[in-house]
Amino acid sequence: MAKITFSMGGVHPNDAKIAKDRAIEVLPLPQTVYVSMAQHLGAPAKPVVAVGDKVKTGQVIAEPGGFISAFVHSPVSGTVKSIAPQKDLAGNWMTHVEIAVEGDEWAEGIDLSDTLVTEIPEDRAFILDRIKACGVVGLGGATFPTHVKLNPAPGSVAECLIINGAECEPYLTSDYRIMLERTKEIVIGAAIMQKVLGGCRCVIGIEENKPEAIAAMGKAVSELGYKNIEVLSLKKKYPQGGEKQLIDAVMHRQVGSGGLPISVGAVVQNVATSLAVYEAVQKNKPLITNTLTITGDCLPVEKQHNYLFRIGMPLSYIAEQAGGVPEGAAKLISGGPMMGKAIANLDACTVKGSSSILYLSEAATRREPESNCIRCGKCAEACPMGLEPFLLNKLARAGRTDDLEANAVQDCIECGCCLYSCPAHIPLLDIIRQAKGQVMGIIRARAAAAKAAAEAAKAAEAAKK
Amino acid sequence: MTTTIIWTIAIIAILGLVLALVLYFVAEKFKVVEDPRIDEVEKVMPGANCGGCGFAGCRAFADAAVKAPNLDNNYCPVGGNDVMKKVAAILGYELKEKAPMVAVVRCNGTCENRPKTNEYDGATSCKVKAALYAGDTGCAYGCLGCGDCVEACQFGAISMDPATGLPVVDESKCTACGACAKACPKHIIELRNKGPRGMRMYVSCVNKDKGPAVKKACAAACIGCGICFKTCQHGAIVFENNVAYIDYTKCKLCRECEAMCPTGAIHGVGFPKPLDKEGVKARIQERQKKAREAAAAAAEAAKLAAAAAEPVKKEENNG
Repeated sequence: MAKITFSMGGVHPNDAKIAKDRAIEVLPLPQTVYVSMAQHLGAPAKPVVAVGDKVKTGQVIAEPGGFISAFVHSPVSGTVKSIAPQKDLAGNWMTHVEIAVEGDEWAEGIDLSDTLVTEIPEDRAFILDRIKACGVVGLGGATFPTHVKLNPAPGSVAECLIINGAECEPYLTSDYRIMLERTKEIVIGAAIMQKVLGGCRCVIGIEENKPEAIAAMGKAVSELGYKNIEVLSLKKKYPQGGEKQLIDAVMHRQVGSGGLPISVGAVVQNVATSLAVYEAVQKNKPLITNTLTITGDCLPVEKQHNYLFRIGMPLSYIAEQAGGVPEGAAKLISGGPMMGKAIANLDACTVKGSSSILYLSEAATRREPESNCIRCGKCAEACPMGLEPFLLNKLARAGRTDDLEANAVQDCIECGCCLYSCPAHIPLLDIIRQAKGQVMGIIRARAAAAKAAAEAAKAAEAAKK
Repeated sequence: MTTTIIWTIAIIAILGLVLALVLYFVAEKFKVVEDPRIDEVEKVMPGANCGGCGFAGCRAFADAAVKAPNLDNNYCPVGGNDVMKKVAAILGYELKEKAPMVAVVRCNGTCENRPKTNEYDGATSCKVKAALYAGDTGCAYGCLGCGDCVEACQFGAISMDPATGLPVVDESKCTACGACAKACPKHIIELRNKGPRGMRMYVSCVNKDKGPAVKKACAAACIGCGICFKTCQHGAIVFENNVAYIDYTKCKLCRECEAMCPTGAIHGVGFPKPLDKEGVKARIQERQKKAREAAAAAAEAAKLAAAAAEPVKKEENNG
């Protein structure tokens, strides 16, 4: 039988899971944490504490700033020192709550014991409330608020919940480690989400390069005895962990241009999100910790780590705990080498979705000088969304936004396969991503204008009556 | 033989006549009446088709100018007043002359003033770089140095200075079409008036951060101290969001702000003599001292007057 994977495009980078045998260690607390108010997709959260306030670990310090937004909790206990803009990973200003750490006293009502709670609450609304109140967001990369995703619009039915354990990004091993160490919690989290979605089928998709994780998850599923959950081994191919790609691989359905996964009956959640859902619902523990990998090609194995960190820890602090920035590191990346963001500011702090600090050597990151496109079509072959990056590149450089939209630049998932495969070293992704942003802006403006016009027409009609 | 030739000639001649008639009537029927003045206007335009006027090209501009009731909204920045005078003459409109403009780069974050904090190795495009992150220096507002403005300029008036990493505008070539200002994602380039004999003042910084953060990022930045705002006697300085801006329509070119600026963020260009910084400073301080003394004296006088008025009032009350 052919191995299961998505149908279109994809590339096969060296997976370099060097840190996969390093067990998760708990990072000691720093003296100060800076908690960002923009840890999720959507509107930034609004702080609800004031300077000088005493906060406990797990206490709410910011509430959602809109429908698509999430609660933020204090990752430590201590005193709020300031609520002011700090520079984030990219060097842009964002409001952060600065907390001076004093001890580690947790807020009341949080179950800190290790006992496994297998009984799932019956009430759907209760589960969703817990997930929302604990500030759970998607930890697969996009940090989309989970309670919004688990509550599809009326009329749409979830047929399959896909738990994403693909971890297709090279180097990253944090998902792998939690699949080994927190296996049962992840399965229970999946069962909880399955219940919220009305008891649909649930598939845990894991790439074949992690046989131990597949075995462990399979064992946990059979031991816990939840119905309708299966573990699926997927062929190793990047970007398998992309939402639309995973749906294609598991369900053999394609999400249309501009469509949401729910339009084909799918909901995709990361394994780390599943763990966060377990902790939120069963333990009432807010999302203030996550796992991150310290890795890279210029770091010896014994210096690589998988850490359980609290949000708000400065990256520089974590790097120091791991033995400092290695000498050969030419580029520091937060996230994987394919889609991660280069760290422009090591003083930035971890957020809910932080997944790694990656040290790459000069050799691994060097960009070759750009030459002319020879129309070999490798980028089009590699694109998992079926786009033509060479064409988009030309159109973007000419600023032809209409044609860009007609050629579906807005469908680009920014996976970087085109750039990876281009023999002429054309910075395809850089240029296409910028054009995508521009086109998305135009589409949004158009939608807003249409909405305003419709409302004006409605108002005029009402005035007539 | 001869008859065949004659017949052929005759038939072709008749056919030609008939078709010519058809063509004539069709041409008459579907004739597009175009104002002949459009052609005339187009002839006097510079012909660069740069789009600086806001239209797709010189012909589109001519078309719009002819159809418009006046020339208020149509102005060719490249041709300037000379060309617009000709256009006005053709159309019989009145022309409101505009002061000649020039593109000004409002950033002085040279490699020396603004040290790099990280290395950028992505695509060489300011647009791309701006979309990615704050930039490779501590300043999130300044020039990104990838030269989108150079690429946008059709007149070869902008070039990157490799020593400073900043774009330089060649005034003699700049036509103030505004293409560079549109291309700059950080909105650093502004069209400002050329000024009398090329003399003009501007704030060479757009950083909206607060003083300490700005100072850390760049040695030549506007730190938002507001001294220039207090110094200016002509109300030409707008002070908003921690950054000063000189309104060139009000600026009297006295250069007092330039002398007082602690970081040198205010630039004076085209002046025949270098600025006597200390002299101007002394003059301003003298003036401010006098003003303070006058204010103190006025306050004293008011106090005295009030004191003098007080007993009278009391007496009135008593009475």
